Amino acid sequence: MEDRDRSMSDVTLTVTGLAKQFNRRLIFRDISFSISAGDSLAITGKNGSGKSTLVKILCGVLSATAGTVQYAIAGKNLSTEHARNRLGLVSPYLQLYDEFSALENLQLLSQIRSNDFPFDERSEEALKLVGLWDRRRDFVRTYSSGMKQRLKYAFALLHRPSVLILDEPTANLDAEGVSVVKRVADEQKRSAILVVATNDEDEAAWCRQRIHLGNDKI
Amino acid sequence: MLLPSDFPIFENVEMSAISSTYALVRKDIQSELRTRYALNALLMFVVTSVATILFALRSDQPTSTVLSGMYWVVVFFTAMSSLSRIFVSEEERGTTMTLQLVASPSVVYFGKLMFNTVLTLSLTLAVTVLYMIVFSAFFKIETVSIFIITVILGSLGFASAATIIAAIVAKANTRGTLYPVLSFPILIVLLITVMNATAKSLDGEPLSAAMGDFQVLVGYILAMTGGSYLLFEYVWKD
Repeated sequence: MEDRDRSMSDVTLTVTGLAKQFNRRLIFRDISFSISAGDSLAITGKNGSGKSTLVKILCGVLSATAGTVQYAIAGKNLSTEHARNRLGLVSPYLQLYDEFSALENLQLLSQIRSNDFPFDERSEEALKLVGLWDRRRDFVRTYSSGMKQRLKYAFALLHRPSVLILDEPTANLDAEGVSVVKRVADEQKRSAILVVATNDEDEAAWCRQRIHLGNDKI
Repeated sequence: MLLPSDFPIFENVEMSAISSTYALVRKDIQSELRTRYALNALLMFVVTSVATILFALRSDQPTSTVLSGMYWVVVFFTAMSSLSRIFVSEEERGTTMTLQLVASPSVVYFGKLMFNTVLTLSLTLAVTVLYMIVFSAFFKIETVSIFIITVILGSLGFASAATIIAAIVAKANTRGTLYPVLSFPILIVLLITVMNATAKSLDGEPLSAAMGDFQVLVGYILAMTGGSYLLFEYVWKD
């Protein structure tokens, strides 16, 4: 238990001189910050300022034009492979498989990720948390947009990520869903790292640090 | 409430990569059986093209070269219509990023390659069975060993080329036209070799006569798979 606590409190995310350019269009440049477990960061900025692009780079699914993103635990840098397995992402452009049920989605993706944990227990916990336990065997194509958003949370939290990244965290959610997300965010930033990309001032206020994209101010 | 865990993943990366690849293939097979993205196109192409050849031939008796050529033409066009779906369907459903999050590029590449190999082998099996039924009078495989090795190596070659082309095409805006345009020059060597080897199996030549063809096929598969593996991360990530 002590090891586990130490691991959780030792995770750090360090971003140095990050820049992204699409063809000749500069999206952002000189983004640098460092956050550790127990801390949280809001990424704000107007539409098209590059919030989602920055999130994709942080998740390792998009290359930066310049700069580095480094995850470390207890001062030891993580490889891309290990860092990816410690990340959880909820985002509008992240989709799950419509032809599978919620439970099948979690199981298949967990197997592809090679997660080594008691799946039944964790999936029940995650699906109950987001209120989808009773609909776990229904195909995702029958879900409403709000239910799909809830399922994304179950997927993001299933492997208990050290870094949770939320892009537009409350999109499509009802009041009950928003309160679940708020609780998830509070828990996450207490013991690990939380990053929120949003236009909403209330959501940005969940975090202690803030980066505003658009005028390069950090 | 869910809290971050200490070691949620296998620390043995090699074992983890194998089990991940296997899980991805299983996911793709289950998904294909439910959505029929590729299977329906594949079956339609096989049936219509074999029927067209049947009507075109009427009572003519084609040579082994013509027969093997037609056999691989059916396989080529059927494969082109179905194998490209492997990445395009992920792009269309918006699940590409989900895969990027849960699996490394090498796991995705080998998983998709294995799925395409299974699909191509099923396709060649279906074409062979149909050919033997429809053209029973003159499609007689004299040297079975050459035919089996050619079909297996040919399917692997098709799958290895089709997988990387599909990954490139999935990122392009003009998917429909780009796939055959890119495929033909890359597959021409493979097509010529499998047609030669198949003709030899129909003519009843000994296994040793097709060794040169097999060497070309093995070389093609190794070069294509190795090159694709090195290139895939760049195609997949951006």
